[in-house]
Amino acid sequence: MAELVSLADGIATLVGDGDTVALEGFTHLIPMAAGHEIIRQGRRDLTLVRMTPDLVYDQLIGAGCARKLVFSWGGNPGVGSLHRLRDAVEHDWPRPLELEEHSHAGMANRYVAGASGLPFAVLRGYRGTDLAKHTATIAPVTCPFTGEVLTAVPALRPDVAVIHAQRADARGNVQLWGITGVQKEAVLAARRSLVTVEEVVDRLDPRPGATVLPGWVVTAVAVVPGGARPSYAQGYYDRDNGYYRDWDSISRDRASFTAWLGEL
Amino acid sequence: MRWTADEMMTVAAARALVGRTSCFVGIGLPSTAANLAKRTACPDLALIYESGTIGARPTRLPLSIGDGELAETADAVVSVPEVFNYWLQPGRVDVGFLSAAQLDRYARINTTLIGPDYRHPKVRLPGAGGAPEIAASCREVILVVRQNPRTFVDRVDFVTSVAAGAWVITDLGELAPDPDTGELVLTRLHPGVCVPDARAATGWDLRVAATVARTEPPTGTELSALRELLAAS
Repeated sequence: MAELVSLADGIATLVGDGDTVALEGFTHLIPMAAGHEIIRQGRRDLTLVRMTPDLVYDQLIGAGCARKLVFSWGGNPGVGSLHRLRDAVEHDWPRPLELEEHSHAGMANRYVAGASGLPFAVLRGYRGTDLAKHTATIAPVTCPFTGEVLTAVPALRPDVAVIHAQRADARGNVQLWGITGVQKEAVLAARRSLVTVEEVVDRLDPRPGATVLPGWVVTAVAVVPGGARPSYAQGYYDRDNGYYRDWDSISRDRASFTAWLGEL
Repeated sequence: MRWTADEMMTVAAARALVGRTSCFVGIGLPSTAANLAKRTACPDLALIYESGTIGARPTRLPLSIGDGELAETADAVVSVPEVFNYWLQPGRVDVGFLSAAQLDRYARINTTLIGPDYRHPKVRLPGAGGAPEIAASCREVILVVRQNPRTFVDRVDFVTSVAAGAWVITDLGELAPDPDTGELVLTRLHPGVCVPDARAATGWDLRVAATVARTEPPTGTELSALRELLAAS
């Protein structure tokens, strides 16, 4: 049964220096507040795993928390660049950042393999691309039944997965709906998990299309209303597209980013 | 009604979707054109976004591929592994609709970086996203890209996705692959554009088809629908 904790205690207990950490949420339900708490607690040398680094990893990278990034699309959706990610890759600021780069299909399947307890996943992907030249975790594999050459990618097994969900009950059963991305797979693939939620309710009313993660597969739940802002929580608040545009100028130079960091 | 080159490109791309059942939509120019198509000639077209929203009918253009409006209006919302594995990979989607930062004459796409050195790029771009598998697994691929020498290059700095066989719609005209060599050939020009314009906007020695078709100008209906869509977004 998941333990109900404060966000600060949850991060302090579950996220350690040097850990491989996956904060997931595909545009929707991005665990932004948890990312900010990791920055406040000064975690270092993290391997950050996430399909779309988005603002949350731009902030963690700019704050110097990350040693390595495992990802598939690192932009500010609909706006442009993630400037802190770019500064780290192009100029090693505030420190060098190692990249392990995939496609979305590859990353999604790596989580599926992790959740399934398998060593790798198979897909028809990456053909003809330069990705395999630079990413050691992409390899050809031959189907033993048809002889077709496919692509293998190893399972992702993060030390800890952090996701945000709409709600949980007192036993730590978690319910999320709308675009559910790879959160179920990330939690099931990880050794430990922290779920921040908008609210804890007495009873999780069934909702069509909702994903439920039973409390016994979740390590800890923290109530953090608004914890996905400026991304969104369907049924609670909308995506703050204006803030995504504002982030472009906040993050563009080191001074304005450092000022933002000082106020966090 | 007067129109801009970007409007002509978007209208031409929307027209290209006529007769299709399903379209896997990339964000940016392709998303604008796909949403215009739904408001004009293709009301029944199923728009699929990589966030897992299948059959989305957004009332305004989404800023990201995962805006709440897409989930609220979709026929089905599935997980990200499912959208790639069950829906895209088996080849059941008619058209992949993508854009590119760099493109070569064989429709190899770069969205990864600018510069010769992967470890120390001059400009780091967002990367692959869903594009490598969208380009490989849809029955047909259409690229919507502004044509200029910075984008239409002799050699891409990185092959992120291979859209071999794709058809390219630009702000100047359209390019289609030569059936024998696969090289992109200029096959159509938009109104007011001439062959030297297209050549000057291309970073390789652009081949031109024996007959170059002329795009019909945007209709008042198309332009009004496009402007309403952009104004609402």
